[in-house]
Amino acid sequence: MRKPSRRDFLKIMGATGAALLAGRAGAEASEEHHVNNETIGMLYDATKCVGCKACMSACKRVNSDYGSLSYEQAKFDSDGLWDAPEDLSGSTRTLIKLFKESDKQWSYVKYSCMHCQKPSCVSVCPVSAMTRDKMTGTVDYNKDACIGCRYCQVACAFNIPKFQWEKAIPQIVKCDLCKNTNLLKKGITACAEVCPVGAIMFGKRKDLLEEANKRLSENPGKYLNHIYGEKEVGGTNHLYLSAMQFNKLGLPVLANEAPAEFSEKIQHTIYKGFIAPVALYGTLCFVALKNMKGHGTDDKHSEKEEKGESDHGA
Amino acid sequence: MGHDEYQKHDAKILTPTFIVLLTLTLIGFALIAVRFIKGIGAVTNMSDGYPWGIWITYDVATGTAIACGGYAMAILIYIRNHMHYHPMIRSAILTSMFGYGLAGFSVMVDVGRPWNSYNFFIPSKWQANSAMFEVALCVMAYTTVLLLEFLPAVLTTLEKTEWKTLQLLLDMLYSRMGMKRPERIGERLDKVKEVAAWLKPRLDKVLIFVIVLGITLPTMHQSSLGSLLLIASTKLHPLWHTGFLPLLFLINCMFIGYSIAILESVISCYAFKRPFETKELSGMARIIPWLTVIWLAVVIGDLAWRGQLGAALSFDFYSRFFLLEFCLVAGGSLLLFSGRKRESIRWLFASAVLIVLGGALYRFNVYLIGFNPGKGWHYFPSLAELMITVGIVAFEILGYQVLVKILPVLPKLHTRQQIDAGHAAEGKA
Ligand code: SF4
Ligand code: SF4
Ligand code: SF4
Repeated sequence: MRKPSRRDFLKIMGATGAALLAGRAGAEASEEHHVNNETIGMLYDATKCVGCKACMSACKRVNSDYGSLSYEQAKFDSDGLWDAPEDLSGSTRTLIKLFKESDKQWSYVKYSCMHCQKPSCVSVCPVSAMTRDKMTGTVDYNKDACIGCRYCQVACAFNIPKFQWEKAIPQIVKCDLCKNTNLLKKGITACAEVCPVGAIMFGKRKDLLEEANKRLSENPGKYLNHIYGEKEVGGTNHLYLSAMQFNKLGLPVLANEAPAEFSEKIQHTIYKGFIAPVALYGTLCFVALKNMKGHGTDDKHSEKEEKGESDHGA
Repeated sequence: MGHDEYQKHDAKILTPTFIVLLTLTLIGFALIAVRFIKGIGAVTNMSDGYPWGIWITYDVATGTAIACGGYAMAILIYIRNHMHYHPMIRSAILTSMFGYGLAGFSVMVDVGRPWNSYNFFIPSKWQANSAMFEVALCVMAYTTVLLLEFLPAVLTTLEKTEWKTLQLLLDMLYSRMGMKRPERIGERLDKVKEVAAWLKPRLDKVLIFVIVLGITLPTMHQSSLGSLLLIASTKLHPLWHTGFLPLLFLINCMFIGYSIAILESVISCYAFKRPFETKELSGMARIIPWLTVIWLAVVIGDLAWRGQLGAALSFDFYSRFFLLEFCLVAGGSLLLFSGRKRESIRWLFASAVLIVLGGALYRFNVYLIGFNPGKGWHYFPSLAELMITVGIVAFEILGYQVLVKILPVLPKLHTRQQIDAGHAAEGKA
């Protein structure tokens, strides 16, 4: 028996690993991501919000059929009088929460999809069920394509996509900026439309940013000097202003690089033009065929080979 | 090297083990039925925070690594040119086939909308940025490749078979129904035999290209199984979240593959009362430490580079799991560096167990233990969820046990005994 030597080892590692590593150098080539401020989104001002939850009920009223939303019953409410979601869920696209640190320090916060400029959910969905509209920047979900793998849930840094765990025919639920409902009919999202105090502003990202900056400069000391979503994960179209630390409101502290940029860079490097896998296959075929040949001539089975029966077994 | 280097294992199929495995399988499949009727939430503890539970972590991410025996053996035999391992490959491929087939099956149980899976074959829906797209296509292709690689075993049997059991069964059926058995059936069966005889040499000719495909595909999707978690940069603990995930997963599946090949051989020799294949195993075991050393070096180098060594040694929850994984792999490899220990079945077995456990724990760490979606989320699999996984594994073992008894899968004893005359006795000791 031939001793497996270090050279052998390097040979195989070379064949399998080199293809992966070689491409890594070309990583820079992947397309740069640019923020498009002409796309639409919303600005939520936590200092204006009065916690009336009109947005929540409007969202459910408008989107319940199209978005497969339903009312959630609280434990104490046996008659089902209220819609009482505890969190975003397979029945609820948006939610208002109250964070109370002390009697003086509290804030409402509204959760819904951030409509990222470089959305992780779109990057990972294997069947393009999550898509981002280039013109509007809206991240939409198509249940007719979705296989329900829940990779979008794993990927989203904001834990936005929700799955209908209790249904035999489940789907992903998340805000689509009322793309097919209120926005289509009235040109504005339902939550922004009904807000009685103007805490939700709907518009182009550039206008939202301008307005946010105006509020920051006109009210020194009122807000944290930070527009959440301006830079986070490569920019989002849902922006936040608040007086309270964003991470206390359940909005995570995030880097400015989009996670999808990082993962796609590596994935593209390995699979660029499918060259590495093809090269790997070619090399391996070459080596294997050579080995088979060498084996056939000096072996007790050579007789069979001569008969023209190439014999590899399995 | 011909098809005659394999043989069936002559033994009864209906053993007590068979009954136990069958029961577990049936329980598992009954629970799967519940999952399809009442939804995933009815049987699992998965949540919107932990959308991937034990099914993805064990059945898919870990199960396919454990099913990498066929991959590892194919590299050893066809690429590194160690043809004398050839008699061992068929059983390795059989286990790989079950491992991958059932991983695919688990995915169909796990995904919420499996009927939409046809979208994987529609180019306009393709999403090359998604590591999962790559994993899905490669796993489907590889399962097909494994079936092709295993086909010769089926064809050989078809060629030679007398259809005794089938004949008996048919006779019984027809006599029950009070009819005479038509002649046509016999003719049809002969036809099948002819086709098998025709197909076999032709398949043999192209088989090497299929086999090499069987080496390329796991290289791709095993690394992509690591890439899957690249995106979760905010959720996966920094001990495990690194750009090297694909490379680490690739090397990881190789050393798991060789270790599993050792375990499989030892266990099946023990269970089927065959002499141990000590010589082949110790030769194979020689490769493992090289792989693990590279793997451990990448792990440490990467942690040092990212300044996470402190976190690794902090002995908090995550650090403990990291150290456990690290020590299992390192400990198992250390044993294998000793030539004397490699010659002993016991030590081989022990080190392979350590390495498989360590390697599998690494995958658990990446997919579950090191995954933290934020405050308030917890996950521990429910009993039903576990029983579905157990049922699938039981089915895997069951299938292996039955197939080695009806198809020529295990190395023919005299062939192997020629190779390592005398070693068998020693191995048994
Ligand atoms: S917030 Fe999450 S779901 Fe919404 S676009 Fe961003 S990644 Fe996708
Ligand atoms: S669950 Fe659906 S939308 Fe989400 S990644 Fe999977 S296929 Fe795409
Ligand atoms: S934009 Fe529409 S879908 Fe999104 S939270 Fe507001 S009302 Fe709901």
